[in-house]
Amino acid sequence: MGLKRGHQAHPIEWLVERGIFLVATTAILMVFLIFVFVAREALPVFLGQTNSSLVQEVLPVEKMNTLTPVELQKYLGLSAKQYRELDRESIRALMEVKIEGATEASHDKDAGLNTTAWRYLIGPHQWTGYERPAYIWQPVSQIHKYNIVPLLIGSLKVTLVALLFSVPLALGAAIYVSQLASTRAREWLKPSIELLAGIPSVVLGFFALLVLATLLQKLFGYQGRLNALVAGVALGLAVIPVVFSIAEDALSSVPRSYTQAALALGSSRWQTAWQIVLPAALPGVFAAVVLGFGRAMGETMVVLMASGNASIVSGSIFDSTRTITATIAAELAETVFGGHHYRVLFMLGTLLFIITFVSNLAAGQVITHLKSRMEGKR
Amino acid sequence: MSATASTAPALRPFRSRRFDLASFVFSGLTGLATFLIIAILLVILGNVIYSGGASLSWRFITSGTESDMFDVRKAGVLPMIIGTTARVLLMTIFVLPVGVITAIYLTEYAASTSRFTRVIRSAINNLAGVPSIVFGLFGLGFFINFIGQHLDGVLHGTDTVWGKPALVWASLTLAVMTLPVVVVATEESLRAIPSGLREASLALGATKLQTIAKIVLPQALPGILTGAILAISRAAGEVAPILFTGAAYYMADLPTRLSDQFMDLGYHVFILSTQSPDIEKTRPILYATVLVLLLLTIALNVVAIFVRARMRRNLRMLQ
Amino acid sequence: MNLKALKHITAAAMLLAAAPSTLLAGSITAKGSDTLVILAQKWAEVYMGKHTDTKIQVTGGGSGTGFAALQNRTTDLANASRKIKPAEVAECIKAFGKRPTEYKVALDGLSIYVNAENPVGELSLEQLEKIFTGKVKSWREVGGPDAPIVIYSRENSSGTYEFFKEHVLKGADFAASAQTMPGTAALLQAVAKDKNAIGYGGAAYGAGAKHLKVKATEATPGVEPSQEAVMGGTYPIWRYLYIYVNPNIDKDEIAAYLSWIRSDEGQKLVHEIGYYPLPADLRSK
Repeated sequence: MGLKRGHQAHPIEWLVERGIFLVATTAILMVFLIFVFVAREALPVFLGQTNSSLVQEVLPVEKMNTLTPVELQKYLGLSAKQYRELDRESIRALMEVKIEGATEASHDKDAGLNTTAWRYLIGPHQWTGYERPAYIWQPVSQIHKYNIVPLLIGSLKVTLVALLFSVPLALGAAIYVSQLASTRAREWLKPSIELLAGIPSVVLGFFALLVLATLLQKLFGYQGRLNALVAGVALGLAVIPVVFSIAEDALSSVPRSYTQAALALGSSRWQTAWQIVLPAALPGVFAAVVLGFGRAMGETMVVLMASGNASIVSGSIFDSTRTITATIAAELAETVFGGHHYRVLFMLGTLLFIITFVSNLAAGQVITHLKSRMEGKR
Repeated sequence: MSATASTAPALRPFRSRRFDLASFVFSGLTGLATFLIIAILLVILGNVIYSGGASLSWRFITSGTESDMFDVRKAGVLPMIIGTTARVLLMTIFVLPVGVITAIYLTEYAASTSRFTRVIRSAINNLAGVPSIVFGLFGLGFFINFIGQHLDGVLHGTDTVWGKPALVWASLTLAVMTLPVVVVATEESLRAIPSGLREASLALGATKLQTIAKIVLPQALPGILTGAILAISRAAGEVAPILFTGAAYYMADLPTRLSDQFMDLGYHVFILSTQSPDIEKTRPILYATVLVLLLLTIALNVVAIFVRARMRRNLRMLQ
Repeated sequence: MNLKALKHITAAAMLLAAAPSTLLAGSITAKGSDTLVILAQKWAEVYMGKHTDTKIQVTGGGSGTGFAALQNRTTDLANASRKIKPAEVAECIKAFGKRPTEYKVALDGLSIYVNAENPVGELSLEQLEKIFTGKVKSWREVGGPDAPIVIYSRENSSGTYEFFKEHVLKGADFAASAQTMPGTAALLQAVAKDKNAIGYGGAAYGAGAKHLKVKATEATPGVEPSQEAVMGGTYPIWRYLYIYVNPNIDKDEIAAYLSWIRSDEGQKLVHEIGYYPLPADLRSK
């Protein structure tokens, strides 16, 4: 609705308009900042600069008198400013702590490995005490094992269950509400279903943990109480309003001339809905599912509370499962800030950001395209 | 989402008179899906209201935790209600101006086809899709580790006041998260204002800014209000973004400064359902806390739905 | 309202808010382990009741959070359910030139929980190690029914997890199939509802589950996790809880407070919260 300017703007007005323009860029700035500052903390992992190896060169304490300040700074990992502020006594203590750290480390054959190298982050490895090469996420351990494969599989598995549960329901409801329900029913059905989005995810998690887990266990009779199924179904409840809302919009914005033509030619309402409206709205429905995928991948509290969080590689939905989001939420507060565990968790966050960003971008493109097409037709 | 879409099914041509099995099955299945979703919603609400209502009392809402937040007789949620309220109010102060101005730019100034507008829209859409836990990481990486620490470097030398989780950082993180909600809602209401109003104002000699401030914004107020309410309701229940940016497991005192941490309703639900020493004994407080949280978020949602519905009805009449 | 004005306003608001926040004399802050937070709060309350001029503020967040706060001097005391790590000591030295002082403040016994219907009554440390690392997979191998063992563990962010791993598993990894629960409550609930479950957690907790007797070796008798057994050292799975402090500020009020915590009076409160008091020789006089 860009209206043409009537007459020359006042200088102050000109300033204010520049201000409005600047503020409008905030969203762009924020997306950019989110990526930069989450990735910044993870950068050492991406660049291969972190080293979780436990075998490190250790110098005897007396060496502090013979090393040059620069060498000493580098050895102790101090900045020049920190070095200036510390007295000899503190430097001595640091030298001792470094030795303690090295002697406490285990004499495992894997102790010398840098487990934050990509090889170990995504490839299997036969660790000491394991019978065969495996994908292991055990970050708090004598050897820090940071394999992200179990978490990726966990996230995808729970997401798949959530989509299988929610997409048919949400699409069915979207078709019903947009095509078949009377206008009156529609007026209260749509907001009611969207009210699901108003239930906080921590409440869904609570409900899954206390009620749904018991119910599903009785229904299917499996062994472990918390598993991918429970988490997936609870997650599905969070996904339903997302898919429903967008699919319903897409279905209702199919031009009325389509339906009128089909009905006039003698097709029934379901034929019209199924053969005319649904195909016409398919890109929008697809976008709805993609957005639902993004929502499911990114949801935290539900999976943290209801999935059992065992980091295993398994295809069964009756096994407990650990997702990327739950891992970050559960582990970050206890890590050594700036340490390799902390950085690997930020790396997972970056990964999650990229996955959801790409899927949102794709869905966004489809929706924009769809909208312009619909507006053109009207 | 779009206002025009809602009128689509209003005109429905005559029904086909023959009984048609396929049609029956199709309507039946989609109707069942709709029914199931509503049923699940009612079961969750019913479960919480039934179990929570029994243990919800005035004392519970108006008292603190009294040193033992797991003691059924003594525990209260006042500090959590205050903490949650403080963080969403602060968030609203941050997000509302930015969101409304962005929407004004998009509807009143930008050409809808320009490349720049498309980038802004795409950024807003993407912001809406960023996982809440990533906002938490962002809050820690940007607000606390970057802004906070630099602020401390300038203001406090070696002391750390801002470079740690705090109310203000949690609120800012949530403000970034809810920006799309406010922008979309405001934009919708701005678009709904007939351009005749703007043209009339301009024709009478008002400048563009005067038109926006005196004519457009007052008309858009219900939409802005809806946006604010939806943002608050979304933020009030979120836990993941505040885990690392400000929420405290336990605090004896209420937060008094922007740099204080706070207790939070949603986080407290998580604590009660996973960390309580005796889950059977603490179940009443858990349910009551969930009920308080749900009442807060659902009530806000219902209000938003009503405001929005009224707005749309007025709009239809105008057209 | 333009962006710049907004920025100035927020900056001014922050300055105003920051002004009174420098630590006041007579004010102590304690931060760290969520395991310790309730106990720390109890200590603070009782102490403040006696010394009205001292103000103590307690927050949780996790042991790691406490150490991070100790390093950047946002807290005076760091509550911890685990020992400080060398990397964290190094950071502390970099920040204030000295190692943080460690005080043991309480004992915590860890119980092994099984479902109430489980006929197994006691296990040895060796059996526990094999069960939790996944080498023993069926209850039959430890004298129970022919049923798979379902392991419930804690999140690796918990001090309990680390302690159990180090002392019972001798540093080996938990079985990958072990489900990790975000808290003792969630774990207990799972054990109470799953008849093949085994889990671990604080000895004072555990309503709804059966606490196993634990044998230090195959030859010694099984011991119940009672206060006497934990304090006397006959029950084999127990740990200390700690408070760490910057030695530069360990004087006046803070020193007095720490000494009071470890006195008979402070230790009396420990049991109320579900932990065990320090043995007499570790208390302050």
